[in-house]
Amino acid sequence: MRKLKELIIEKVILICGLASIFFVVLIFLFLLKEGLAVFKIVSPFKFLFGKSWYPISEPPQLGILPLVLGSLLVTVGAVIISIPIGVGCAIYIAEIAPLKIKEALKTGIELLTAIPSVVLGFIGMVTLVPLAKNIFHIPTGLTALSGSIMLAFMAMPTIVSIAEDALYSVPKTYKEGALALGATHWQAIWRVMLPAASSGILAAVMLGIGRVIGETMAVMMITGNAAVIPSSILAPVRTLTATIAAEMGEAVVGSEHYFALFAIGIVLFVISFAINVTADLFLHKRQ
Amino acid sequence: MVKIITKNLNLWYGAFHALKNINLSIEANRITAIIGPSGCGKSTMLRVFNRMNDLTEGVRMDGEVLIDDTNILNSHTDLVVLRKKAGMVFQRPNPFPLSIYENIAFGEKIHGENITRNKLDEIVEKSLKDVFLWDEVKNKLNESALRLSLEQRQRLCIARLIAVKPEVLLMDEPCSTLDPQATARVEELMRELKSKYTIIIVTHNMQQAARVSDDTGFMLLGKLIEFGQTQEIFTAPRDKRTEDYITGRYG
Repeated sequence: MRKLKELIIEKVILICGLASIFFVVLIFLFLLKEGLAVFKIVSPFKFLFGKSWYPISEPPQLGILPLVLGSLLVTVGAVIISIPIGVGCAIYIAEIAPLKIKEALKTGIELLTAIPSVVLGFIGMVTLVPLAKNIFHIPTGLTALSGSIMLAFMAMPTIVSIAEDALYSVPKTYKEGALALGATHWQAIWRVMLPAASSGILAAVMLGIGRVIGETMAVMMITGNAAVIPSSILAPVRTLTATIAAEMGEAVVGSEHYFALFAIGIVLFVISFAINVTADLFLHKRQ
Repeated sequence: MVKIITKNLNLWYGAFHALKNINLSIEANRITAIIGPSGCGKSTMLRVFNRMNDLTEGVRMDGEVLIDDTNILNSHTDLVVLRKKAGMVFQRPNPFPLSIYENIAFGEKIHGENITRNKLDEIVEKSLKDVFLWDEVKNKLNESALRLSLEQRQRLCIARLIAVKPEVLLMDEPCSTLDPQATARVEELMRELKSKYTIIIVTHNMQQAARVSDDTGFMLLGKLIEFGQTQEIFTAPRDKRTEDYITGRYG
């Protein structure tokens, strides 16, 4: 009787485990099935590097280069902003902050994760967008830069907590060794601890990028959604994610447009997957 | 020549009185061993000389510690200068996770201004030769120091220290993770280095103290029980507790 009970529980757990894999595979297959269909109409090369995205003109022009560049621009901007601040914050928390401030900061940063992205987008829309418009004297503040700044906030918690973890797990003997040679605290951090934690910090950055590139809501609200190749960081852009979110509702099921949106999904999937695998490699290298 | 003198040195970790009224004087160009059972304060003692205890929260010290007649417990002591002068070798070899070359060059880079590559090469080579590691590693200077054996790592740490031209070498159980042969090599190295430095070694290994040191201090429960020439301490200890310890009654 007891054995039977064990057996049943074991099997149920096994099914739970398999189910998650099953669903991932199912989603992936569905994505492939719907997305690959677009390549009957347009070649993969033209799809990826085509310069115009007019999905409902006749015939439709399905080039996603403006969207890829939009995503890239916003992401690179966010990364440039969030890495120095995030890593700096991690160093401060791991090495410099007194215990009380440390706890307060860690909690604060976790809270940042808890803010829904639509709220961040909304706040960005009413504060950052007019600010950008006034500072740079541009016709609209809905720009790639505004999106980058908002996304930097979203990447920060990931970067800070993982980088802090990496710094914290650097053996204390390294720091002692450096100080005992007459290094200042900063020299010990810069020349020994950061290199020792580098793979963990790289992983933190990669995961931060992963967070940014998949983000939809905030960027859709504040980047202006113009599907053109951006001329500068102060121009409106549209990202891959925002395109899917904005257009899926109006795409006719089974149309070229519909398949193209799924193909964008595949592109996003591949990018996120590559980033996560890279981050994983760095994390494992550390261990 | 007397290099280090402590006068009525006391140290507390919070409420714990770890060093009690220590008075000793350490000679230059000799090896001084500090022995005693675990928790007697011998590592704490060693860490007074380069103020590494400052890293521990709640440490308080009074008394005087004179190195070359300067009281290093003064609040305005420049720790960078002090630690450059009194370098430390740790219990577990702790080379940085950098290349062998970068490990040795570290001290020069943090202290020196604009040093040329040639000069740096010279310093690296000389330091490695001083610890007899050069021949073993000269072809792999750019490999990670973490690939070396434990004993090579410890010698690398000593070389790294020598590169900043210290006057005092503080060794905190430098051989406790090494096998007997490796220990013999490090001890041999200490004897070679003696002529140029003041060496203080903390060890729980009495045989090692007897083999390598010229002077020995025996500590127990935060007090310095006896201090004198190693030969005397080991053959004719004046204090009953020292005798009990070196004959293995406790420890």
